[in-house]
Amino acid sequence: MNRYVILAVLLVANVATALLIVRGRHEHRLAFIALNRLDKARDELNIEFGRLQLEQATWAESNRVDQVARARLGMVFPRTEDIVVLRR
Amino acid sequence: MKLPDFQLPGFTRRDPREAARRDAGRRDGARPSGNRPRSRASFNLRGRLLLVGGALGLCSFALLGRALDLQVIEKEFYQQQGAARFLREIPIATSRGMITDRNGEPLAVSSPVESIWANPQELLKSPARLPQLADALGMDRDELQRRLSQRADKEFVYLKRRINPDEARRILALEIPGVASQREYRRFYPQGEALAHVLGFTNVDDRGQEGLELAFDDWLRGTPGAKRVIRDRRGRIVENVDLVRAAQPGRDLALSIDRRIQYLAHRELRTAITETGASSGSAVVLDVATGEVLAMVNLPTFNPNSVGTSPRDAHRNRAITDLFEPGSTMKPLTVAAGLEAGVITPASMFNTNPGWIPNGRYRTTDTHNYGVLDTTGVIRKSSNVGAAMIVHRLGDRQFYDFVRRFGYGERTGSGFPGESAGVFPAPDRWDGTSKQTMSYGYALSVTPLQIATAYAALGNGGVLNAPSFIKGQHGASHRALDPGIAREVLRMMQTVTEPGGTATRAAILGYHVAGKTGTSRKASAGGYSRRYIGYFAGLVPVDKPRFSMVVVVNDPDPSRKGYTGGSVSAPTFRNVMEGALRLMDVSPDNLDTWLAAQAEAEAKRLKASGRGVPARATAATAPAPATRALQ
Repeated sequence: MNRYVILAVLLVANVATALLIVRGRHEHRLAFIALNRLDKARDELNIEFGRLQLEQATWAESNRVDQVARARLGMVFPRTEDIVVLRR
Repeated sequence: MKLPDFQLPGFTRRDPREAARRDAGRRDGARPSGNRPRSRASFNLRGRLLLVGGALGLCSFALLGRALDLQVIEKEFYQQQGAARFLREIPIATSRGMITDRNGEPLAVSSPVESIWANPQELLKSPARLPQLADALGMDRDELQRRLSQRADKEFVYLKRRINPDEARRILALEIPGVASQREYRRFYPQGEALAHVLGFTNVDDRGQEGLELAFDDWLRGTPGAKRVIRDRRGRIVENVDLVRAAQPGRDLALSIDRRIQYLAHRELRTAITETGASSGSAVVLDVATGEVLAMVNLPTFNPNSVGTSPRDAHRNRAITDLFEPGSTMKPLTVAAGLEAGVITPASMFNTNPGWIPNGRYRTTDTHNYGVLDTTGVIRKSSNVGAAMIVHRLGDRQFYDFVRRFGYGERTGSGFPGESAGVFPAPDRWDGTSKQTMSYGYALSVTPLQIATAYAALGNGGVLNAPSFIKGQHGASHRALDPGIAREVLRMMQTVTEPGGTATRAAILGYHVAGKTGTSRKASAGGYSRRYIGYFAGLVPVDKPRFSMVVVVNDPDPSRKGYTGGSVSAPTFRNVMEGALRLMDVSPDNLDTWLAAQAEAEAKRLKASGRGVPARATAATAPAPATRALQ
């Protein structure tokens, strides 16, 4: 009698762990998919950030700024006589 | 019971054994009943059922056996085969670290692009689609066919690398079997040619090829990760199975370069090269206190965003790889050596009459006869004869060891790939004239960076810092000279940019500039040609030097703006340093000249307008520009 109880318990435990393994694997897969999605989102954001930085750097390229300042905005470098030195 | 009966006719006709058995049965049954058709009772149902059941049993046993064979005995093999077909370990591309300047401005950024690849085994199964694919790729049809056939036994071939993601999406939309895309990264250099030599560039696999991209390749490069995926036959990912290794993105690198000074130096050097008709040029700006490289430019240059089209010659970072005879920029070191050894004092007098002295079979000559000069005069007038007289009072070893301490003849330790050590032979390899010619910068060769480093040591109270390209990371430093002597030499060099010196055009309003011009004749077969290299090396402000800068203009056309360092290189030095002092908020150490210049400009303006402007009006308009000037 006792033997049958043990057998039954073991059987149930066996089935239960088997099911748990199945669930575990399934959850792992789901989690991995979620991780992949998040990774992808992160990468996309990083890429976007890099692209924006690149764009910003291209707009702020010294040569371009120099030319826009001189040609379009008509800016000039202050001459010596334009600078007033104050002594404190 | 109908079924066997129904099946029987066909069965009998085909199987002779069965027919024989039936014949036998008929004979058995026919004997008592004569010619009567055989009865239903004699029909052997049991035997037939056994036969059918046995056959079915055998079949299922065979199936079971096969299943056992597949699932248990040969399991490994089949699983491997299956995995080999659909499970793929694919790399996770990772981006290369960004390079920024000292203020965090991006100088090199990796941006994703797509590479189209194909599995030739798959693709060649549908040859009808090849022309369509070739058109989409913009490739010659025959060439595509050839490329695929050559690799017909492979599973991977790149079709087109590094294209715009949108274009890649269009090609993939054709859904040609065996064609897929893969993300890769391409390097962009927003500063373009101004910084090309320092940064270098990467190859198609995003590996550093030259410059700092090569020197710091391991730091910048990430480690690609890997993941296991299930792919269908078109190469599309059906499912992500597992992460094998997470990707490790490359680390960022903050350089010591200041983008603004770099650009300024590039622009001014370009102007100088164009105006003087020189063939090439270099300029280096160092931070005196730390040895950090703030700017390093060379011409001719190239566009690092499309390296392929530029001549190889333009790729060289001349400021580090090319050797020049330093000419008169050597003289401050000669004078410092004399002062340190105690063989001369600042007050020593040198009679340079008649403007030349013998050196073996040759002569050392000055451009003019300067007569009697003191030590400062030797530097101010750049007298070769004076330098020769100083070095005569020094021992060979003494002079050699002193100059070695300033880093001539060995690599500076900047870590830049392809750096030259320079040529500065030991005294046992000198011939009779070497020491004297070395005193004014011939018979030895150095890189522009070495000159800048040596001058920075003079400005840094005699402590030489190894130059560094990385912000906050400094190389070895050692004391090369007593601080008092360094100060003394600096004051002598200050006279060079003051009236009566050789480089009045290097003077910067509001600042004392210590510098030295150099004009060396280029060595050519068997002697020195009438081609020149113009130098200016200097330090600002003298009071507490912040920058050490060297400008080298190689082979200027003497008919345009002359060829001396004072006329071809000094203006570049002035323009760049003026901007750098302003950009880095260095306070002026010579306000008096500034005030004087201002008073003069004021007077001129008053005279031009013809009437007196009340002093108070000027004061009222003053604050805005004045704060800028003082910042």
